[in-house]
Amino acid sequence: MAELEVQIAGVSFKNPLIAASGTFGFGHEFQAFYPLSTLGGISCKGLTLEERPGNPPPRIAETPGGMLNSVGLQNPGVEHFIREDLPWLKRQGTGVIANIAGNTPEDYCAMAERLSEEPVDMIELNISCPNVKQGGAAFGTSCESAASITSAVRRHCKKPLMVKLSPNVADIGGIAAAVEDAGADAISMINTLTGMRIDIRTRRPILKNNTGGLSGPALLPVALRMVWQASSRVKIPIVGLGGISTWQDVVEMLLAGASAVQIGTVLFSDPYAPVKMLKGLETYLEENHVGSAAELTGRVRSW
Amino acid sequence: MKPYDTFDCAVLQNRELAPGFFDLTVSCLQAAQTARAGQFAQLMVPGKTLRRPISICEIDRNQGTLRFVFGVRGGGTLQLSRLKAGDQVNLLAPLGNGFNLGDTSRRVLLAGGGIGVPPLLEAAKPFGKRAVLTAGFRSRDAVILKEDFEKLGCGVRIATDDGSFGHHGLVTDLVEDIPFDVVFACGPKPMLRAVAALAHRRGVPCFVSMEERMACGIGACLGCAIQLQGENGPYYGHVCKDGPVFPAETIVWEE
Ligand SMILES: Cc1cc2nc3c(=O)[nH]c(=O)nc-3n(C[C@H](O)[C@H](O)[C@H](O)COP(=O)(O)OP(=O)(O)OC[C@H]3O[C@@H](n4cnc5c(N)ncnc54)[C@H](O)[C@@H]3O)c2cc1C
Ligand SMILES: Cc1cc2nc3c(=O)[nH]c(=O)nc-3n(C[C@H](O)[C@H](O)[C@H](O)COP(=O)(O)O)c2cc1C
Ligand code: FES
Repeated sequence: MAELEVQIAGVSFKNPLIAASGTFGFGHEFQAFYPLSTLGGISCKGLTLEERPGNPPPRIAETPGGMLNSVGLQNPGVEHFIREDLPWLKRQGTGVIANIAGNTPEDYCAMAERLSEEPVDMIELNISCPNVKQGGAAFGTSCESAASITSAVRRHCKKPLMVKLSPNVADIGGIAAAVEDAGADAISMINTLTGMRIDIRTRRPILKNNTGGLSGPALLPVALRMVWQASSRVKIPIVGLGGISTWQDVVEMLLAGASAVQIGTVLFSDPYAPVKMLKGLETYLEENHVGSAAELTGRVRSW
Repeated sequence: MKPYDTFDCAVLQNRELAPGFFDLTVSCLQAAQTARAGQFAQLMVPGKTLRRPISICEIDRNQGTLRFVFGVRGGGTLQLSRLKAGDQVNLLAPLGNGFNLGDTSRRVLLAGGGIGVPPLLEAAKPFGKRAVLTAGFRSRDAVILKEDFEKLGCGVRIATDDGSFGHHGLVTDLVEDIPFDVVFACGPKPMLRAVAALAHRRGVPCFVSMEERMACGIGACLGCAIQLQGENGPYYGHVCKDGPVFPAETIVWEE
């Protein structure tokens, strides 16, 4: 049997499939389908220091090969998560990643400090949420701001720190290098690409927020390209995501340079997708006489 | 027992009830045992990123079947309308909280608008003669399920927007002389609001089935937000998990 376990910044995940933030809640709803220990890990819904109501509906629009969302970080706040969700999550036998977002560097630092005292395996810094008016995405769009928020949080964070990058940038390699220099232990990429749909009958955008984040299969080629570009610029591990829907997509993402992957939008059409991907990945490794999933990382034979 | 799951279901029948309205029956042994009136399913549409939420119209526990009645709105429902007996369709079901039928010796008013009528059919069953359906449709050729309610012994009153069948006007016009102890309603928001106001005036509990665009259908993605009245003011609940049926007084009608 091929080895599926992967190491990301000193944290071991029993397999390279992690649920993507915002698509899996805090896991409760998915245990109806399979034990959460099926997954290598779960990246929880984005947390903020205080509870957030989220954006007005409609928050969802379908698009060719994908969807837009403008949920806008609706969450019960970091303390509620620590009290109500984390103890249960820790008993599920899977890696727990806390995904955090804020309006100010102080928010991010306070959350990182607070979560450092708790049994989360990793902290994922979301500097790329397109759905909040202040902060969020703004931190992720220039090398300087991405580096400064990363180094500020680094000083308050005792857990492995993964920085989640936005695709809404010109030079993804530069940003990846900047957050590595600023002390990130890993990178996850990509978040959603900002998009829009319009109802031609009413001439209104479908989303009440006007714009939203594009996710799903349409994102896959962009994500692959960006992971491939970033992986040539950094030594820290990359967790690849964006549009992964099949086990073949998982293999592609690993080959492009990812050490693990996150699975999001595909869960909405097929909640069992991760189970199928695991099976497919295992078979692929065996048939190709590859000893471990980790051996695929970055092994694309680029021209 | 899993509260919901995905099922590959055989299509037993899919026929056009009225122009653009389809009547789909699928075999779904497990979901048929646990499903309740007012719950819904997410139907997979091959090639689409998102499933389509459709209310359960009828549940047959003995046959192990679920019935759905839907209108063709866009690409997804168009594809579903082309399903034929013998095809497969994947369901995520049963989802959400249905109608709490409560004491079925009460007299129930079922208020439906257009494609909001189907989920009221299963709710009508235990009430039989004690149920009255008041339903509004666009026009004569959009009237659906009338005979189904009549077969259960329910009173049926129809209104159409253009007066081509039944009363020319609104569903709420039909209600004045009807006695009832509880209201179940499903349809367009303005209709639900009017029905809720009417029930409130009579001091009768009212439950409304709401719609919102959905992704996961199970409460994980927070996509299907709806503004609800909470103890500390309005907040966003979620149609798929907290609903789709809500006590009318919890809905914030105007944002
Ligand atoms: C709980 C619930 C129960 C429903 N029950 C029924 C029913 O019994 N019969 C019926 O005919 N219709 C029902 N609907 C509405 C039905 O889901 C939509 O008509 C359908 O999703 C339209 O899909 P489409 O691909 O044809 O349209 P498109 O406009 O192409 O769809 C694009 C996207 O918008 C979503 N969408 C569009 N309109 C609606 C809507 N009104 N509500 C929710 N999502 C929408 C679609 O799901 C899809 O994701 C219900 C909706 C909900 C939320
Ligand atoms: C409904 C929804 C909510 C999301 N919420 C968050 C969030 O809170 N924090 C975050 O970092 N990413 C969030 N994302 C982005 C995903 O984690 C992921 O980066 C993106 O969807 C691309 O992956 P996918 O195509 O596999 O879904 C959200 C995505 C969706 C669809
Ligand atoms: S559709 Fe995901 S929470 Fe309701």
